[in-house]
Amino acid sequence: MNAPLPGPLADNPSLDRWVSFPSPGKVGIGTGRVELGQGVLTAMAQIAADELDVAMARIVICSGDTERTPNEGYTAGSQSIQFGGVAMRQACADVRALFLDQAAKIIGCQATELSIRDGGILRKNAPTGQDYWTLAGAVNLAVKATGSGPRKSVADMKRIGESSERLDLPDKIFGKAVFIHDMVLPGMVHARVVRQPNPGASIGAIDEQAIKRAAKAPVEFVRHGDFLAIVGNDETAVDLAGAAAVNAVTWQNVETPTALQAEASWLLQRPWIDRVFGAPESGGGQGRQRFEATYSRGYLAHASISPSCGLAEYRDGHLTVWTHCQGVFPLRAALMKTLGLEASAITVHHVQGSGCYGHNGADDAAADAAIIAMQMPGKPIRVRWRREEEFVYEPKTPAMIVKVHALLDDAGKPTDWTQEIWSGTHNKRPGAGGVLLGAVALPNPPPEPPPNDVPEANGGGATRNAEPLYDIAAKRIVHHLVTETPVRTSALRSLGAMPNVFALECCIDELAERVGQDPVQYRLSITADKRARAVIEKVAAMAGWKAGAPGGAGHGRGIAFARYKNRAAYSAVVVELDVDEEIRLAHVWCATDAGLVINPDGVINQLEGGIIQSASWVLKEQVRFDNGVSSIDWETYPVLKFSEVPEIDIELINTKDEVPLGVGEVTAGPTAAAIGNAVSHALGARIRDLPLTRERIMASLLKA
Amino acid sequence: MAKKFDFHVNGKPVSVSLDNEETPLLNILRNELGLMGTRFGCGLEQCGCCMVLIDGQPEKCCAKPVWSVAGKKITTIEGLGTPERPHPLQQAFIDEQAGQCGYCLSGIIITAKALLDKNSSPTRAEIAAALDDNICRCGTHNRIMRAVAKAAVQMRAGTTP
Repeated sequence: MNAPLPGPLADNPSLDRWVSFPSPGKVGIGTGRVELGQGVLTAMAQIAADELDVAMARIVICSGDTERTPNEGYTAGSQSIQFGGVAMRQACADVRALFLDQAAKIIGCQATELSIRDGGILRKNAPTGQDYWTLAGAVNLAVKATGSGPRKSVADMKRIGESSERLDLPDKIFGKAVFIHDMVLPGMVHARVVRQPNPGASIGAIDEQAIKRAAKAPVEFVRHGDFLAIVGNDETAVDLAGAAAVNAVTWQNVETPTALQAEASWLLQRPWIDRVFGAPESGGGQGRQRFEATYSRGYLAHASISPSCGLAEYRDGHLTVWTHCQGVFPLRAALMKTLGLEASAITVHHVQGSGCYGHNGADDAAADAAIIAMQMPGKPIRVRWRREEEFVYEPKTPAMIVKVHALLDDAGKPTDWTQEIWSGTHNKRPGAGGVLLGAVALPNPPPEPPPNDVPEANGGGATRNAEPLYDIAAKRIVHHLVTETPVRTSALRSLGAMPNVFALECCIDELAERVGQDPVQYRLSITADKRARAVIEKVAAMAGWKAGAPGGAGHGRGIAFARYKNRAAYSAVVVELDVDEEIRLAHVWCATDAGLVINPDGVINQLEGGIIQSASWVLKEQVRFDNGVSSIDWETYPVLKFSEVPEIDIELINTKDEVPLGVGEVTAGPTAAAIGNAVSHALGARIRDLPLTRERIMASLLKA
Repeated sequence: MAKKFDFHVNGKPVSVSLDNEETPLLNILRNELGLMGTRFGCGLEQCGCCMVLIDGQPEKCCAKPVWSVAGKKITTIEGLGTPERPHPLQQAFIDEQAGQCGYCLSGIIITAKALLDKNSSPTRAEIAAALDDNICRCGTHNRIMRAVAKAAVQMRAGTTP
């Protein structure tokens, strides 16, 4: 009896979706996971090279393609290696076993006598004249995976665990046309969308002459309901026309968010749906003390370095779409609903874009191109959003308020923990919790799904990491899902984990301080989890942490810890910084246990990225509204600059564990909380609201 | 009425005829000359994805009208090196694995080239100050700064008599 197949392989059991031998000497692998700048395809190639016993250079990767690859849903949630990678390992192991069986038949021996070296079949270490390619015609891979192919043991792995160079980087460093933005299709035309300001807004008047004058070259209009686009051969002309149209098209029923609505506190005045998870209320015993504190964070933008782009062509009844979104199969499903086409009439190909860090405008730009393409059969359409369009219309991560209610024993340790959360949804992905942006402007738009958030089985949205991993007798989450938000909200790297870990790990420091204990010692005293203890102890050692180091003079250090989703990688972070009117990060140390590491340098790259992006959120970022979204470019939405980035030291532990755990999001929460704790240490005053702006620092200094 | 503009790109003479003399250089490079290495990021001269060298100076070209570069010498990422003959900066970026999504890298490498052309041994602070003209959203900053410092070392070694 074999173990159950890894989830993605059970969902896509046909082995030919995972592995093929397309030409002599080449091995094709198919993965539903897509390259978002996280290096996942290099890791997949390493996995396949090891399990199939072939050189990396033989591997040709196809990823995110509705015609050819497995459907693995979204490339999200730090799950690509943890689930998709494990599925790839098993698929390759099954394929290898099928080839060994076939080789044994031909050679007339037992399969156990055979081994494989770079695709060649060996018997007792001698070549047999057979290889994958001589056998490929006789081995049918259009069969279901069985899970019976033996996977390599960790000790036998060669490529897995090695810092292979990223396969995609050289082309990017030499300026090759690798991004979707660089695609040129024969006869392609450029398009810009005149965006509907809000759902329900309708077009009043269009000053076509003003738009055409601005374009300085021929452009035409494509209109379908309140979806309006400008199309032309010359990209400069459609750019000029698109910018002019912002003022040359008037809209009715416009609703714009106000400055007040940008603050997390606004959530408290809105309707919400209550959801409670965890232990029943204990009611609080005798002699117990209560501690409460409220933390908050505003709306954030994904702020991808490039605005979203999508290409589409509708020809002979078939729609082909090129997109940099995170899930080609879910996008196809959403396009079917929007356009009334069958699955067999739509092909969606993934092409790399800039880093997205979650659900940004990628799906919507692809849908824009598809909607226009349906109106202009036979013409390939390229839509590229304007910078301002991306900032205004990409889904934001929701503002959140997190209130911790803790009951403490006589030693000041928590015995009962309630984390109460107010937040809009983190799930407006098309089809799941939302609809494609362009679809809302069409006649008879698809209905908005009822308010929901990412299911707990997928790690939760606003509730992600709301439960402390510490040894606390009773823990519960009270989630107020705010059903109306001033702007569309959806998934950004780590979802609710960043504000939740910020709240609970700052609170842990506050509790330690109450009883005069060192933050590292206090954490270790309330956790028995060995892997948690190991990363906390490791990072403390790396940073030369000394209990009782004095703070309060503008220099401080802080620690924080989390296990992502309480079931993925463990990470602890120490931050050292200086504060006067502003915060200057001096140094960050991070210890992470991500289990089996496929590519150590790739993992470190992701952890570094998570640390720097989280630092940027905490120090600088909040989407502002002022009669509309007023964070519209890099001056109104500044992010961390090179001169503001600290030195970072990262160490990985327990890297030969059997199970790999995703790392893209694990550092977001601990970094935010470690900065919060270090600022408190430096100032002698606690700031509980993000971002940690100059105004908030000055206010806390005045209070202190 | 089309106007003709002559300039040099990566050492080769280029002549383009355009109705709109305000057309940004970036669109010429990408859409007329097929040089896709220079990326569009904002169109507002803020992010640095479109950085090129114009007569040796690093300049953002997403809003730079073509008339303003007539007669000038332009270098893009494609003019630095090739996989067979990489520029020391490109080799150092590979060695340091200095990239995540890589969208910002063309502009960053151009900015770094301009820095190293006038300062052959920059400090970390000097590298950071130069690169503050570019945005990296993935958080690859430290690797990028290490790669620039490494390239500087190699370029100095390469030019030592």
